[in-house]
Amino acid sequence: METHLLPGRRGGREVIHRVSIFIELQEGVLDIQGKAVERSLVSLGHETLRSVKVGKYIQVWVEGESAEAARREAERMCDDLLVNGVIEQFRIEVEGE
Amino acid sequence: MNTAVVVFPGSNCDQDVMHAVAETLGTKVRAVWHRETALPADTDLVILPGGFSFGDYLRCGAMAARSPIMKAVAAHGKRGGLLLGICNGFQILTESELLPGALLPNRTLDFICRPCFLRVENVSNPFTANFSKGQCVQFPIAHGDGLYTLPESELKTLEERGGVVFRYCSPDGQAEDESNPNGSANNIAGIVNEGGNILGLMPHPERASDPLLGGADGRVFWRSLFDAYRKGGR
Amino acid sequence: MDFRKAGLRETEYEEIKRVLGREPNECELRIMGVMWSEHCSYKSTKHLLKLFPNEGERVVLGPGENAGIVDLGEGLGAAFKVESHNHPSAVAPYQGAATGVGGIIRDILALGARPVASLDGLFFGDPERARTRTLASGIVHGVGGYGNAVGVPTVGGKTVYDPCYNENPLLNAFCIGLIPLDEIVSSRTARPGQAVVLLGSKTGRDGIAGAAFASVELSEDNKASRPSIQIGDPFAEKLLIEACLEMKEKKLIVSMQDMGAAGIISSSSEVAAKSGVGMILHFDKVPLRAENMEPWEIALSESQERMLLIVDRPRLSEVMKIAEKWELDCAEFGETVEGDEYTILFHGERAASLPATLIGDRCPQIHWPSRRPADLEARWTFDVEDIPLPQDWNEALLSLLSSPSLASKESIYEHYDSMVQLNTVVGPGHPVNMLRIKGRDSLIAMTLDADPWKCSLDPFRGGAETVARSVRDLAVSGARAAGLTDCLNFPSPEVPEQYWVLEECVKGMAEACAAFNCPVVSGNVSLYNESPEGAILPTPVVGTVGIVPSTDATLSSGSWEEGDVLFLVGPCNPSLGGSRYLLSQGRLEGRPLPFSPEAEKDFVERALKTASSKAAHSGRAISGGGLAAALAKESMESGVGAAAAVPVPTRKDVFLFGEGGARALYAVPMSRVPLFKTLWSGYPCIPVGRAGGDSLSVEGAFSLPVAKLLTKWRGR
Repeated sequence: METHLLPGRRGGREVIHRVSIFIELQEGVLDIQGKAVERSLVSLGHETLRSVKVGKYIQVWVEGESAEAARREAERMCDDLLVNGVIEQFRIEVEGE
Repeated sequence: MNTAVVVFPGSNCDQDVMHAVAETLGTKVRAVWHRETALPADTDLVILPGGFSFGDYLRCGAMAARSPIMKAVAAHGKRGGLLLGICNGFQILTESELLPGALLPNRTLDFICRPCFLRVENVSNPFTANFSKGQCVQFPIAHGDGLYTLPESELKTLEERGGVVFRYCSPDGQAEDESNPNGSANNIAGIVNEGGNILGLMPHPERASDPLLGGADGRVFWRSLFDAYRKGGR
Repeated sequence: MDFRKAGLRETEYEEIKRVLGREPNECELRIMGVMWSEHCSYKSTKHLLKLFPNEGERVVLGPGENAGIVDLGEGLGAAFKVESHNHPSAVAPYQGAATGVGGIIRDILALGARPVASLDGLFFGDPERARTRTLASGIVHGVGGYGNAVGVPTVGGKTVYDPCYNENPLLNAFCIGLIPLDEIVSSRTARPGQAVVLLGSKTGRDGIAGAAFASVELSEDNKASRPSIQIGDPFAEKLLIEACLEMKEKKLIVSMQDMGAAGIISSSSEVAAKSGVGMILHFDKVPLRAENMEPWEIALSESQERMLLIVDRPRLSEVMKIAEKWELDCAEFGETVEGDEYTILFHGERAASLPATLIGDRCPQIHWPSRRPADLEARWTFDVEDIPLPQDWNEALLSLLSSPSLASKESIYEHYDSMVQLNTVVGPGHPVNMLRIKGRDSLIAMTLDADPWKCSLDPFRGGAETVARSVRDLAVSGARAAGLTDCLNFPSPEVPEQYWVLEECVKGMAEACAAFNCPVVSGNVSLYNESPEGAILPTPVVGTVGIVPSTDATLSSGSWEEGDVLFLVGPCNPSLGGSRYLLSQGRLEGRPLPFSPEAEKDFVERALKTASSKAAHSGRAISGGGLAAALAKESMESGVGAAAAVPVPTRKDVFLFGEGGARALYAVPMSRVPLFKTLWSGYPCIPVGRAGGDSLSVEGAFSLPVAKLLTKWRGR
């Protein structure tokens, strides 16, 4: 696995939490990719398909005293950069929570 | 009129913009690296150029909008300074919330580069004052993520206050779906803020600044800015 | 390790042992296996390439360098080259194409030139097949995705469809850059005691042994070949371009080499060999992004967006500062030394030690047996009486115009940014593309061309015709060809008949180059383009570059005006052999016309004068599809029709659809007709009609509204 794990910044024996961030377009925002994928799947014979939404999956590995602290840090990252609040929404899962 | 063109890693139209402005106006144009924390003191016009800043990774313009220089750029815009975002620059302005809305992938899901007709809807701002209302001009487009989107109610407000400056249209000025290259709401190609000093547009005026290269409507655009600057010292 | 597993032949292994005076170790074997593969060493074709003329008054740098350079005048040079990326594009079309574009851009950058434009040569199979559509879509998106992001406009190209490319698509990427002649960065200027530096992305396992992969025919299960594919990052390349050019401006670079096929080993050994120095490299200092890489993997990795720099020690800190600004990894990992020894050290151990000149240069040449195909004459046997005249001329023309190879390629090139850098005067969709040079009157003209069908019928004549077509196109537009770059795409040289075809194509190309005084300044060879389904047709591709003194001296295509007199210059006895018209009926037969040096040279001079003296409104050289296609394309681009007739007793279909020879269609305003006739006096020249109206008609043949032609040709 090729990951770029940075050395621990604060020393100490912090635990590293793997946080999964699922980002998708808000309701009402045109999901063209979703529509295109839907058309392709249907044309390949997936008749039971009703709808497709295409989103993003980002994993961050975060040092933290607790899963809760890691979650809050991830939320701040979403606010700062990872999510465009005008058109996107997100949910977070912390491994082991 | 002193112009500062911000250069982000991955910007590729910065030199084009500098060339077009210098050639058309003969005024001073400077490049400003994204890591600077201040604009040159005497800056009148700030331009965020086109390209693929930060590779378009995560979202177009997302990381550029959080670059160190953007604090100073936002301050310049908020106190009424002239601020122009072209293509990727428009995306950066919406990511910075200096303009409303967002730019989504083109509805064709493909990058498109071609000449493009635009109807000038609003001439009460320094960028388009030298055009006439309803005039049809030609600036090329070259983008993969130009679909302008805004929640319905905000769209209504934008239209009502005259915030739409350029609309995609046919050669004879009809803004129908057929002339909409990317699916933008209401064929919107460029918008201006309430103060009239911050403009974002997807088409490239710098690519229409030389008849040898296919069109000179862009020259009117740069002259308009210069004339407004000289008149109002904005 | 068995030498065969490393991809070496017995003679090669013996030669290595002889030079070393010992058995090579495993790391050395793997390195030599890749460096002496066909793709890296050109062992089958080096002696053939020597047949090309490569000198000329405008040649500043010839073959054997990162790219060729021609003198544009006033101290400015144009560096250009074309390179193939065929096998990777067959396995992973998007990345194969993207990294092909990235690779050729770095070749131009390695000379210190700013890349200013790209052309793409695309060869796809039968478009009815789903696989072709998948490959074509991936490749086109790869070319656009990379080129657009990196900020180099794709201003033109050539797209061809033929079933022979079904499982073997070709991607030939051409790039041109500008460089002041006194700023050219050379690979020959390294001296002992300098630092060897790696700039750019971290090194991983991408494309390991990809160069050897390019020399192997695609097996049934190409999924297994997947790990060899390189992944491109155009954002990193854009940063690399700016960083390298900034370093060059500040004169920080002694020598530079791009890391393409066989990455570190190829670039570093080449600089060493050319400069006449040795090198000691510490592979543990190479920034890595994969774990537990072995020295041979580090040596051969084809991770993209990396450059090798030779830097004077005192200036290293300035280099590091620029790299830091552009957020690129930059590591000193070796030094140049006296002598010829190339040594790789890894954590204190000597992993390999070879003479630098042995690695890149002394691969034993292979002279494959050559045999003239037995059925060659049979292919030429072609009785025009066997070909019925069209029942419906209109249908015949529309069918030809909508045939995949002739149809409009707008749906491809509209995905390419053709305008960035503000130099594109004539972009995609025209026979010749032109770039202006800021601050100067002169323009650069370029064209990319190929004719695999004529090459398969008569390789000598086909090779000459390929070169001739590009030179004629340039001349009609007002540009004198200054040099060309070639990519030889061929199947396996190990089949004697196929090797003979390769030889003959090269000879034909060489004859034409010599006649036109148009030297080959750079090039590339891609062999083994075949699969169990079959071999490709011989496909030499040429990228020809010319210079026009000013916009005043250019002549555009598609600029008919009402009332213009239409003239056909050139022989009236073209051939249907190898023509697009016959091909569209499923027939590949006949013998292309011979190359006539005197007539071709005469044509070029007159065409140049026609352009510079503004004797015509519009001009187009006749190529694929013959006069009919030229009439249709001119008419569609102009938006003006014509009333024409066949003024000679030649069979109408031969006259209208035949190909070959130096011919062109001109539209001349009435007032300039006397001047035009004088310029072409002594060369075959006949009026064929008048431009006007909104229909294109040829008496006794077709008559169609221009709007209908456009709909069919554009397919939308």
